[in-house]
Amino acid sequence: MSKVKSIAEAVDLLHDGMTVMLPGFLGVGTPKAFIDAICAKGIRDLTVIYNDGAFPDVGFGKLVRRGLVRKLIGTHIGTNPELVKLVAEKKIDLELYPQGTLVEKIRAAGAGLGGVLTPTGVGTAVEEGKTIMEIGGKTYLLELPLHADVALLYAHIGDTFGNLVYRRAARNFNPIMATAADLVIAEVANLVEAGEIDPDHVMTPGIFVDVVVRGCE
Amino acid sequence: MGADVSRELIARRIARELKGGEVVNLGIGTPTLVANYITPEMNITLHSENGFVGLGPAPAPGEEISDLVNAGGQPVTVLPGACFFDTAMSFAIIRGGHIDVTVLGALEVDEEGSLANWWIPAKGGPGMGGGMDLVVGAKRVIVAMEHTRKDGTPKIVPRCTMPVTAKGEVDLIVTDMAVIEVTREGLVLREVAPGVSVSDVLAKTAARLIVPDEVKEMVA
Repeated sequence: MSKVKSIAEAVDLLHDGMTVMLPGFLGVGTPKAFIDAICAKGIRDLTVIYNDGAFPDVGFGKLVRRGLVRKLIGTHIGTNPELVKLVAEKKIDLELYPQGTLVEKIRAAGAGLGGVLTPTGVGTAVEEGKTIMEIGGKTYLLELPLHADVALLYAHIGDTFGNLVYRRAARNFNPIMATAADLVIAEVANLVEAGEIDPDHVMTPGIFVDVVVRGCE
Repeated sequence: MGADVSRELIARRIARELKGGEVVNLGIGTPTLVANYITPEMNITLHSENGFVGLGPAPAPGEEISDLVNAGGQPVTVLPGACFFDTAMSFAIIRGGHIDVTVLGALEVDEEGSLANWWIPAKGGPGMGGGMDLVVGAKRVIVAMEHTRKDGTPKIVPRCTMPVTAKGEVDLIVTDMAVIEVTREGLVLREVAPGVSVSDVLAKTAARLIVPDEVKEMVA
């Protein structure tokens, strides 16, 4: 059965106040058409899990500029001066993690783990309020799973069953976020029939994907 | 020395630290310039934390691929042997000790080899990105930075005053004035830049510096 919907149908599945996983690194690997659809509909009060601030007119930056974001859970905001200002004015909440920790928190949620132990952040402000554990003479922080209501993926090729293939550096958080949200929507640049992607080449199994929408290159 | 000349000196000097076969991650800014002095004969593999190894030079105009950028968002190419992966794999490579050398900038470095480069309280940014994982995971951490702030105040200090990125992880500091090694005994002045004296370096360094009998001239 095909999972393909129009962008308008897919955006109707979202609502104000949701926690949204958005893959991408400075906008690369983020679903562009879907972002535009969210901005057009004005779905607001979003908590967004996204690596960086992108740029003011790119990807996640468009959601910020449109005033739709209540909170960012991410790793870096320095490329988006508008976001830095909104965070400083406390108009957007910011929760920062090291990038390797953020991705492992998401992976833990998707893989059924109770958390991960990482040496990153020991002895820094990152350890504040966290359980610190000594194992084999090394110190680790316990980082807990991070789950979302919806993940909005971007793939270069997707089939009607939801199998996905990413291109170049656009893979980044996509395969991990695919596993860790209640609802997973994939915007694909090239839509093909199930069976057209060699099963050896599938990067995200279609079982993780609920909805496929045709996006732009 | 002009800013461009000093950045070039730092980048050239750090390129001499890299050994054949190493996997290296270069941070944004001056560290990125190190790539200009890595030759194919050196057999260095560059890792880009947004998801690949085999990072190559910038593409010719018109040949950019929208999905292929470096960790600074600039269009790049990849070299034969390159491969792409997701963020979990990228940080398994970083945190798991599979990066031989990371080169990154810093706002402050201190006598214990701690560095600060992720949060400027007055600005409220920028965030650590992949920096904390790189500093903790890489086998060798080289800091590339100007020796002082623009107003001339020292960046090499007894204890970091800004929030630290990691404690005691820096191995080598390369600035426009000096090469300084972080040892168990403290910071050891190894080299001074051409035209710079040991006393010049001491005057611009707030941290205690150990000055051995022989301090070489920096060869870039």
